[in-house]
Amino acid sequence: MKKLALLLLVVLLGLLPLFVGKYTLYMTIHIMLLSLFSLGFNLLLGYTGLLSFGQAGFFAVGAYACAKILMAAPSLLLGILGGVAVAGVISLLLGLLSIRHTRIYFSMLTLCFGMMIFSLAWKWRDMTGGDDGLVGIPRAPLEVPGLFSINMTPMENYYYVVLVFTILAVYLFYRIVHSPLGLTLQGIRDSETRAACVGISVRNYRLISFTIAGLYAGLAGALLPPLESTVTPPVAHWSHSAEPVLATLLGGIYTFAGPIVGAALFYILKDIIVRFTEYWLICLGVIVVVLVLGFRGGVVSMFYGKGGQR
Amino acid sequence: METLAFQGLVGLSLAMYLWLLASGLTIVFGVLGVLNFAHGSLFMLGAYFAFTFYGLWGINFWLAIALSLLAVGVVGYLMERLFLRHIYHLDHAYQLLLTFGFILIFDDAVKIVWGGVAKIPAMPSFFEGTFSVFGRLFPFYNVFIIGSGLLVAVVLWLLFEKTWWGRMVRASASDREMASAIGVNIPTLFTGVFVLGAMLAALGGALGTPVRVVAPGIGAAMIIQAFIITVIGGLGNLKGAFVGAVIVGLLSAYGILLFPVFELFLIFVTMAVVLIVRPKGLFGG
Repeated sequence: MKKLALLLLVVLLGLLPLFVGKYTLYMTIHIMLLSLFSLGFNLLLGYTGLLSFGQAGFFAVGAYACAKILMAAPSLLLGILGGVAVAGVISLLLGLLSIRHTRIYFSMLTLCFGMMIFSLAWKWRDMTGGDDGLVGIPRAPLEVPGLFSINMTPMENYYYVVLVFTILAVYLFYRIVHSPLGLTLQGIRDSETRAACVGISVRNYRLISFTIAGLYAGLAGALLPPLESTVTPPVAHWSHSAEPVLATLLGGIYTFAGPIVGAALFYILKDIIVRFTEYWLICLGVIVVVLVLGFRGGVVSMFYGKGGQR
Repeated sequence: METLAFQGLVGLSLAMYLWLLASGLTIVFGVLGVLNFAHGSLFMLGAYFAFTFYGLWGINFWLAIALSLLAVGVVGYLMERLFLRHIYHLDHAYQLLLTFGFILIFDDAVKIVWGGVAKIPAMPSFFEGTFSVFGRLFPFYNVFIIGSGLLVAVVLWLLFEKTWWGRMVRASASDREMASAIGVNIPTLFTGVFVLGAMLAALGGALGTPVRVVAPGIGAAMIIQAFIITVIGGLGNLKGAFVGAVIVGLLSAYGILLFPVFELFLIFVTMAVVLIVRPKGLFGG
């Protein structure tokens, strides 16, 4: 039953460009990017028990690295994979420092690292274009030299690229959290002391979790510049780090699908609310307050009953 | 050399706004254990109220400041009574999230009430003017700000060290259950502490109105500064907050002079180094 629904969803997403216009495709791409961003974030929060407020930093590293590569060598695959790789390296390095702490100190440290990246994006004009950002990034063709080359100018073509990356990344994530690695992380979340006592290297596992979260943020970031053809410093700002936090809270922290459902809800709610009022943030604020006070399990766990599915 | 000394004075006056902001955050965290993400928004509200009372309605400067403290105190009272009170027992992640929701609410609320434009009223006439120091002109108002910051530091010290209420606060900060057992009314005390913290933030915002621009979103910018300061000084440590504010104030003033491009980066590096080397802060136990 569950598999059938999943298959239906994939088919539906695959056929989407036949039925809807450019705007809906554009929004769907954004939902997929936020889903990837939030999935990685939730590996840290939901599965490892660490609240990061600096994920936008890794998103930005992925985005800026991809943009730089595309401007130098117009190959989509190279840009995206390059962006992910750079974000992975940076998150591994900053992870080494961040995972020395937990709880509120971890949140503060990640916030600090994220804002460090923001201040570089904002001020390091030669490298990042400063507050103007990088402009005129080409949506380069998807090509493997000697094999094929697909033009990416139509939105539908790029949509399929993002869709394929998203499906692969979500599948991989499913495998990760259901592997011994995922179970170990949850063990650490529930009791650090017990995990350490049975011989688990808590720090190493936290570092792995942090790096994977950074890779997912980097992937989401790297998929952005070809879509928008610009990258600007606000993608690195801490208020952008709050988006996966909100999406995850909305969908459900201790669920696999929570961040994805939350990301979709986030954009759908925004799309509906901005039709009625320009003050959409106040509505979002009220939603956050209500969720924290009354529905901490999020939307997904409402379907699974009390406490949600872990 | 004179430029450096003068810039030190500029940094010190900036530090006092930051101190007023960070002191409230620190007290609330130290006693309630909640890191209030919306604390910068209370600073912003203080500035907007002072702007309305003093700049728009023409009320006497001192009275306008007192009224804005009162107004933000009421906001703080409602926030604690209606919302925060229900989440003390939850993980700190939820407390950050709830107060983050309030940033969004306050930011849009000021846009609805006051509009999105930046505002700055005229200086009260008795503060106008400058005097010469280190060969440059220094405004009287900054001297008043430095004086106010130091005064608040002394008053807070007296409040916590020399009064009965201060002792109860310190007792419940160090052991909530024990304090409750010997007759401290914890819920009421918590409300009082939160209102005090809110009013300190409002004071920082209100005192800034004649010289600093008020715009929606400054709350979010200020809270990052406040976090940096409290982390450097030690979360929940009042003396640390004062020293942290002075450090950040001076770093910004000298950073702008010496490394204009990497000023912000420098401040975050300082915070990261302190967090990594001494996570409890310079003054934390």
